[in-house]
Amino acid sequence: MKSLEELKKIREEAIKNVNLRKENDGIKIVVGMATCGISAGARPVLMSLIEEVNKRGLENVTINQTGCIGICRLEPIVEVYPSDGEKVTYVNMDSEKAKKVIAEHIVNGNVVEEYTIGYVEK
Amino acid sequence: MAFEFDWKKNASKIEELKKVINEKKKLEGSLMPILHEGQEIFGYLPIEVQKIISEELNVPLAEIYGVVTFYSQFSLIPKGQYTIGVCLGTACYVKGSQEIIDEIKEELSIEVGGTTKDRKFSLVATRCIGACGLAPVMTINEDVYGRLKAEDVKDILRKY
Amino acid sequence: MNFYRSHVLICGGTGCTSSSSDKIEEEFNKIILDKKLESEIKVVRTGCFGLCEAGPIVIVYPEGAFYSHIKVEDVSEIVEEHLLKGRIVKKLLYKESVSDEKIKSINNVDFYKKQKRIALKNCGVINPEDITEYIAMDGYLALGKAVTEMTPEEVIKTIKDSGLRGRGGGGFPTGLKWQFTAQAEGNEKYVLCNADEGDPGAFMDRSVLEGDPHSVIEAMTIAGYAVGANQGYVYIRAEYPIAVKRLQIAIDQAKEKGLLGKNIFGTDFEFNMEIRLGAGAFVCGEETALIASIEGERGMPRPKPPYPANKGLWQKPTLINNVETYANVSSIILKGSEWFKSIGTEKSPGTKVFALGGKINNTGLVEIPMGTTLREVIYDIGGGIPGGKKFKAVQTGGPSGGCLTSEYLDSPIDFDTLTELGSMMGSGGMIVMDEDNCMVDIARFFLDFTVEESCGKCPPCRIGTKRMLEILEKIIEGNGEPEDIDRLERLAENIKTSALCGLGQTAPNPVLSTLKHFRDEYEAHVNEKKCPAGACKSLLSYRIDPEKCKGCTLCAKACPSSAIEGERKEIHFIHDDRCIKCGACMEKCPFGAIKLA
Repeated sequence: MKSLEELKKIREEAIKNVNLRKENDGIKIVVGMATCGISAGARPVLMSLIEEVNKRGLENVTINQTGCIGICRLEPIVEVYPSDGEKVTYVNMDSEKAKKVIAEHIVNGNVVEEYTIGYVEK
Repeated sequence: MAFEFDWKKNASKIEELKKVINEKKKLEGSLMPILHEGQEIFGYLPIEVQKIISEELNVPLAEIYGVVTFYSQFSLIPKGQYTIGVCLGTACYVKGSQEIIDEIKEELSIEVGGTTKDRKFSLVATRCIGACGLAPVMTINEDVYGRLKAEDVKDILRKY
Repeated sequence: MNFYRSHVLICGGTGCTSSSSDKIEEEFNKIILDKKLESEIKVVRTGCFGLCEAGPIVIVYPEGAFYSHIKVEDVSEIVEEHLLKGRIVKKLLYKESVSDEKIKSINNVDFYKKQKRIALKNCGVINPEDITEYIAMDGYLALGKAVTEMTPEEVIKTIKDSGLRGRGGGGFPTGLKWQFTAQAEGNEKYVLCNADEGDPGAFMDRSVLEGDPHSVIEAMTIAGYAVGANQGYVYIRAEYPIAVKRLQIAIDQAKEKGLLGKNIFGTDFEFNMEIRLGAGAFVCGEETALIASIEGERGMPRPKPPYPANKGLWQKPTLINNVETYANVSSIILKGSEWFKSIGTEKSPGTKVFALGGKINNTGLVEIPMGTTLREVIYDIGGGIPGGKKFKAVQTGGPSGGCLTSEYLDSPIDFDTLTELGSMMGSGGMIVMDEDNCMVDIARFFLDFTVEESCGKCPPCRIGTKRMLEILEKIIEGNGEPEDIDRLERLAENIKTSALCGLGQTAPNPVLSTLKHFRDEYEAHVNEKKCPAGACKSLLSYRIDPEKCKGCTLCAKACPSSAIEGERKEIHFIHDDRCIKCGACMEKCPFGAIKLA
C-alpha cells in the first residue's frame, strides 16, 4: 500500500461487493419468478439485468425475485421501484428489453414507455 | 499414572521437535511457542521432552518445568484418545453444567483431570469456550455438544 | 468483480460453528451449484451475528431475511423457495421477525434495534477472511489518515479527547496510556493486544477477532505509529482456535497488501505483528502477567510501578490494550472524538459489548451505548427470563465483579455506576440468574475459579482465597457456623487490601456483593441449614405430600437405597437418614407428590 489513493481505489471496487448488505434506499428491481414467469423466460431476463448492472458498476440497485405477480399472460414481468415515486411495471420482457430498461430507465431516468403495462394493455 | 517414555518409538517425533526448536530459537520469548509445538507433536510434555528442549535452548530444566506446570494446557501425562471438555464457564454453570460433569464422572468412573484405564477418555473441566448460546456445552475432541441435559450424556459417550 | 443479486450470510462464530454452520455452508454451496445459481448468489461466512440463542443463523440480503435455528435439511427449501422463487420461507424465520403478516428485516428485530454497533460494526456483515470486504467498510482508511495526515501527537490527542476507556475491565483512559508510552524514553517500544479473554462467560473479544480481525490489526498499527513502536504482539487464548486462524489469515493479507511491514502508505513507518498463544492461565489477562508469559516465563504478575508504559515487554516501554478497546480506535480516528463523545455518558463515552448469558431468552452478544439501563438490556434486548421465572440477580464483571439485584435494574450501565454499586464493568460478562440459582453457590463457583487460577505468587490470594472457598463449601454442605459469615467478610477485606495484582484484589468481590445483597441466603444456609433457592443438594430433603400420594409404590421401587417406606394404597414416607438424594423417586411419581424442600 503506497498511498491513501491506492486504498481508496481498492475500496471503490470492493464496495460494490458489500453494498447489498447495507440499508439500501436505492432502486429496487423485482422480477416475477413463479412457475409461470420462469416458463415464460424470466430467468434470461433476470440474468441480463444482473449482467447489465454488473457491467455498468451501478450502485444502489438491488435486483430481487418475487412470486407470481398475478398477470401470467404478460410474463416475464419486471417491476422497478424507485426510491421515491411510483412503481413501473414492464411486461413481456426479454433479455434485450431488460438491457434497454437498465440503460434508459435506471441510468438515465427515462421510463421505457412502450414496454410498460399501461402501454401494452391499451 | 504409570507410563514410560519410549525413546525408540518416539525417534521421529524427537527429530521433528528438534527441527521446530531450531526454527523458533531466534524468536524472542521462544519457549511458549516451542512448548505448544511440543505438546502438539507428542500430545503431552513428559520430562524427557522437556530435557531435550532444555538442552537445545540452553535453558535450565527447572525453568522449563516451572513453565510447563504453570499453564493448565500443558500436560505431563498422556491424555486419552478422546478428551471430554465440559464447559464450566459461568453461563454454562448457571444452566447446570455441574450435573453434566457429575454424570460423566459416574458413567466413566473417573475424576476431573483423570483418564480412563483403557486410555480412551480424559475428562477436563474447561473454561468458557465461547458457545454460551448453547449452554451447557461439552466437547469431545473437535465435536461440540450443546443444550445438553444430563440424560444425554450416556448416548453421546456411546458414540465413541 | 461480480454483481450478485443476493448474498447468503452464514454465521461462522464459535457458537454457530459448534452447531454445524460449516455443514450448512457446504450444503448451500452444493445446492446453489446444482441449480447453477453460483453467478447470482454469493455465500459468505461471517463472524458472529450476536444472537447466539437463535443459532445457527443465516441472513439473506438484500431483504435482510433473518433465518434462525437452521438445520442442514432446511437449506434446500431456502434455495428453492427464497433464492429461486423469491418467496421468503416464513416458517424458518426468527420468530419475532414475522409479525402482523409483515416481515421485519434483521435490523428491525428487538434484539438489534436498541443496539449501537461500533466495536462489532463489521461482525456478521463481512467475510473476515477477505481483506477487501474490510476495506469496503472503510477499513484501513483510519490508518491511512493517521500516518499520512496526522502527527503521532494528534493521534494521541484524538484518542484522549474521545474519552475512550479500557474495555478490558479497569476502565483506564486509553489516550493516557498511549501518551505515557509515547513519552517513555527508549527507541524500542512494543504494542500489545490482550486477547486472553479469561472471564468465564465473556466472549466479545473472541467475536471481534473472529468476525473482524482487521479492525484490531489496523488499530494496533495506528497505536504503533502514535507511540513509536514497530512491533506488535497479540496474546490470544489457545482455546480460541477459530479466532487464532482468522487473525493469522488477516495478518498475512495485511502484509501482502503492504498494510503491515515497511513503508506503510509510502511513509517510512514500519510495523510488524505476531501472534502469541496463551496456554490456559486466567491470570495472564493481567497485563504484567501477560508480558511475563510472552517473554516465555510463568505468567505471574509483577508489582506496579513500574508500569508497562515505562518498563514492559523485555523491559521496554509497552502499550497494552484489550481487543474491544482497539476495535473502537479506527472509528474514532475517522469520525473524530466529538462523534465518539456524543455516544454514551459523559464519563463513559461510547458503547460497551456485553455477553448476555445464563437465564435469559436471547443469549448472545450485545453492544449498547453506555448509560443504557440493565432493564433495557435484560428485558428489551435480552427478551427477559425464560419459563416465567423471577429475576433474581445479574452478575457483571466475572470473577472480579459482583451481583446486582432487581432494585438496581434501572441504573445506567457505565464504569462508575457499576463500581459504585459494588460490581464492576469487567470485560463485559453479564450473567442473569433466576430464583433457582443459589447465591451462595454462585459465590462458591467464582471462588473455586479464583483458587484454581491463582498464580500463587502472593499469599493473600494463594492462601486467603483458598480459606474463603473452604468456608463457603462448609456452608453449602450444611456445616456452617454463625461465625463463618464474619470470617468470610474479614478475609475478604484483608485480601482486597493486600493482594499483589488486580485479580487477587478483586477476587473477594463475588462473595462481598452476594453478602451485601443476599445475606439472608447465607444466614438461611448457616442457621436453618436450608437453601432457599433449592440448589444446594446437601441441604435439601425430599418430601412426600400426603395430600397427593396415592400409595402406588412406584417411588419405593425406584429408590436405590430403600429409603421409602409405605404399604400399597397408603401414604409413603421418606427416611432422611437413608435418602441419598438421587431424585429417582421424584422422577417416577406420576402424581407430582414428591417435592424438594
